[in-house]
Amino acid sequence: MARKLPPRDVAIVGLGWTGSILANELTDAGLNVVAIERGPWRDTATEYAPNYAQDELRYRIRHELFLRPSQTTFTFRNRQSDTALPIRTWGAFMPPNGVGGGGLHWNAETWRFLPSDFVLRSHLTQRYGARFLPSDMTIQDWGVTYADLEPHYDRFEYLCGTCGTAGNLQGQIQEGGNPFEGPRSRPYPNPAQQQPFGPMLFAKAARELGYKPFPQPSGNMSQAYRNPLGVRLGPCTYCGFCEWFACANYSKASPQTTVLPVLMPKGNFQLRDNSEVTRINLDPSGKRATGVTFVDTSGMEWEQPAELVILAAYTIFNLQLLLLSRVGRPYDPQSNQGVIGRNFTHQTISDCISFFDPTKFVFNPFINSGAIGMCVDEFNGDNFDHGPHGFVGGGYMGQVQTNGRPIETTPVPPETPRWGAEWKRAVRDNYQSTLKPGTGVHGSMYSYRDVYVDLDPTYRDRLGRPLARITMDFHENELKQNRFLTDKFAEIFYTAGAQRVVKEYRKGPYDITKYQTTHLCGGAIMGSDPKTSALNRYLQSWDVPNLFVMGATAFPQNAGYNPTGTVGALAYWSAAAIRSLYLKNPGPLVHA
Amino acid sequence: MPERVSQLVTTVVAGLLATACASHPAAGDNLPADNLPSDQDFGLIERGRYLTTVADCVACHTDPDSNALFAGGQPIETPFGKVVSANITPDLETGIGSWTDAQFDAAVRQGRDNEGARLYPAMPFPYYARMTAEDVHAIRAYLKTIPPVHHPVKSNQLRFPFDIRAGMALWDALYFEPGTFKPDPKKPAQWNRGAYLVLGPGHCGACHTPKNVLGADRKHQALQGYNVQGWFAPNITDDLARGLGRWSVADVITYLKNGHNRFVGASGPMAEEIANSSSRMSDADLEAIAVYLKDQPGATVSTKALAASDPQMVAGAAIYRDLCSACHAQDGSGVDYLVPNIALSSSVSSREPTSLLRVVIHGAETVATQKEPTAPAMPAFGWQLTDAQIAAVITFVRNSWGHAAPALSASDVHKMRPLASEGG
Repeated sequence: MARKLPPRDVAIVGLGWTGSILANELTDAGLNVVAIERGPWRDTATEYAPNYAQDELRYRIRHELFLRPSQTTFTFRNRQSDTALPIRTWGAFMPPNGVGGGGLHWNAETWRFLPSDFVLRSHLTQRYGARFLPSDMTIQDWGVTYADLEPHYDRFEYLCGTCGTAGNLQGQIQEGGNPFEGPRSRPYPNPAQQQPFGPMLFAKAARELGYKPFPQPSGNMSQAYRNPLGVRLGPCTYCGFCEWFACANYSKASPQTTVLPVLMPKGNFQLRDNSEVTRINLDPSGKRATGVTFVDTSGMEWEQPAELVILAAYTIFNLQLLLLSRVGRPYDPQSNQGVIGRNFTHQTISDCISFFDPTKFVFNPFINSGAIGMCVDEFNGDNFDHGPHGFVGGGYMGQVQTNGRPIETTPVPPETPRWGAEWKRAVRDNYQSTLKPGTGVHGSMYSYRDVYVDLDPTYRDRLGRPLARITMDFHENELKQNRFLTDKFAEIFYTAGAQRVVKEYRKGPYDITKYQTTHLCGGAIMGSDPKTSALNRYLQSWDVPNLFVMGATAFPQNAGYNPTGTVGALAYWSAAAIRSLYLKNPGPLVHA
Repeated sequence: MPERVSQLVTTVVAGLLATACASHPAAGDNLPADNLPSDQDFGLIERGRYLTTVADCVACHTDPDSNALFAGGQPIETPFGKVVSANITPDLETGIGSWTDAQFDAAVRQGRDNEGARLYPAMPFPYYARMTAEDVHAIRAYLKTIPPVHHPVKSNQLRFPFDIRAGMALWDALYFEPGTFKPDPKKPAQWNRGAYLVLGPGHCGACHTPKNVLGADRKHQALQGYNVQGWFAPNITDDLARGLGRWSVADVITYLKNGHNRFVGASGPMAEEIANSSSRMSDADLEAIAVYLKDQPGATVSTKALAASDPQMVAGAAIYRDLCSACHAQDGSGVDYLVPNIALSSSVSSREPTSLLRVVIHGAETVATQKEPTAPAMPAFGWQLTDAQIAAVITFVRNSWGHAAPALSASDVHKMRPLASEGG
């Protein structure tokens, strides 16, 4: 029997980016907020100090900052006819754990989605006709537009101190920026980072091919920055330990370096770390959340009553909680009915390894940051005519090599032996003269009827709860998109002078064992119709109006960009709606 | 048994008396002396609250592990052992609720308790003695308004012979100079206000002025820096090399208000002082303090920097480049308000390297204030570097960018390892 805690106005599940933003906004509004975080407290000087943060074995190989699958995991299968099996070591994506969440160990690639991404189905239908789309593709409009989100993108970028070159200022196209981006109300808060040789060479070649390359927007600081909350970040040292690592130099935007110093001392905020929420409690009507139940490290069960519940965990765990708590109707792919688990997506990425003449090219790949690099956006979203190509979607592509770390940065031509003296010689010969971006082609993944999440019928976690089950495979549309983009990408490296470019196309079936990105999206999507979306345009549950669900969980499909910028913008958008609309009149904000 | 009975009787009688006092104060006992305003007066209470902040009473008289404001119980390190801070809430039995205003004034300004016994100078009465009767009365008025907490405290936990309070008579005779602050008519009012705050309620000298073996100020070295609680409270005179010489008045104000300025961020006991006291002081008072400190002459001793070719300097430079320069920059300039500028920070070349040793070995978190909430921290390097390596890198830092200080040895470092770990 759970012990009952004193009620709070708001209970937030997870203290990563969205949990921190919502907690800060709602405590500012005078509410009494508790955040319940499954993982531990994490702090720069004690948890990832500069004298040991750059430890590839500890953090990258041994997953120091991530969830342990023995605590909880999920099961996976490609098709409904397969039997899903539990993941026992992380592969395709890395579930975060602890205060800061994925915001602690991300690369800090901070993009906005294209205006057309938010009205995707209507846009594509209008341009190409409904029959151009695969019949089992379930893409939707978001119910929110780029114009709605622009002020909130802006807030997130100024919170983070995002560094970049604006491409579109209030409708005016700017030299050196991304000409395809939606209009920005003002420039980035900081100039773009200095670019190493590899990206500059890539940009030169891209310009020769008629593209308009621009620096990747980064949350790695190009200079010292003080954000609007008064929190300071220091200039990046280009050490190349961003993704999988926490920044030891206060140089990468994270909840720790932007929000928590202001949030934590507030008298109306409380954090319970090492506490795993096991369910959202509903009243007998099932239409109202009464709070959450969590277990501590002793296995003690606690009930936290709250007037407002905010799910701010990682996508797959938000979905597991919704399914276990019976909020909303679970998605059934047979009947195409139900909303929890539908439109689940990931990303379609691929890479090129480009070998240059070792006697002429020295790239020093260890001089890097997580979001450094030059990109082109000519083949993202609907920035080009898809008519002749027979697919939809796209992605940015760029020389965005994030590091030259010793264990994993061993680029060798494919015919090299896998070990031994010859392999060592090849590593030595190619380390300095090879370009290998992290996610060079960063393609969209659109949603399909047979890609979804439900509860596993067999496997349970240590608390006896069914695990979430992912059913996911690549569809021909995405594979075609990837072939097209990867070829275009390789062409740029040849133009840059590469002697040889090895194209690593993304191929099916979807492989859960190899890292792709941590951009799991969808499953409880936002939209305008309660029959096909779990959340309204304010991220409010259609079924339980005092429940809001943050994060990429709400994306109806994934665009060709990293999601965090949009996740941050949606968090501010939802927080603004809670503050200005919901608190005045608690109840459904949209009547459908 | 008779003893217990007598104790019981005493307690009951004391309780009755206390109750009687509370409801019917004996005439003259708690009446304002000399024409001081009534202690029910809002203006007086508010002034007292502010002065209690300036005097940082909370630092010693509140146990940081409890929420009981001013209930005492915190051990204070002295050269002779531990003295535990008193309960100064208005609790009649265990606090100072039954004290008269005159008794309170005697405690604060003369170092006598309500029975006339001498207090140990862990209570900084030699500084508080400079305060005016009006200001002490205001503090008293404020302390009467806070919730009483029943919390018995045994203050004197010193070892023989220091536990004999009578010994303090000799100390007082030798070192205690009673008397309120005398303004210097040749100086402007702002300077005099600053002097009053620094010498009186602010009791800056308690940490920053060197002491003799009996814990009394070496007056000719006022504010020139002293080792306290495992830290070196730096020289805060206008001394260029070791004091505030490079700081403008605005730099001093920013530091005291925000805990961080373009040179350094506060950590250790000064972080507590800023959080509890100076960050809550008025800008006018901070400016007065800054003006006064900037007018205190230093006593620069000319030291020649070690040659860059010195083997220890060469080793230190290499360690600095590998481990320190990512944040502090190759030229020591750091990042404004985030990473201390150790090229320009005079505390780097302070007379004693105590604080530097401490932060390098054990790390330190800087203070978070409303204006500067970031509170960046220096990580610990004690686990990573040997004594000789730490000695080399600190020697390098203390002899670079214009700093000059004697070389450190491995044994200097070794001594700081346990000391720093047991301190606060």
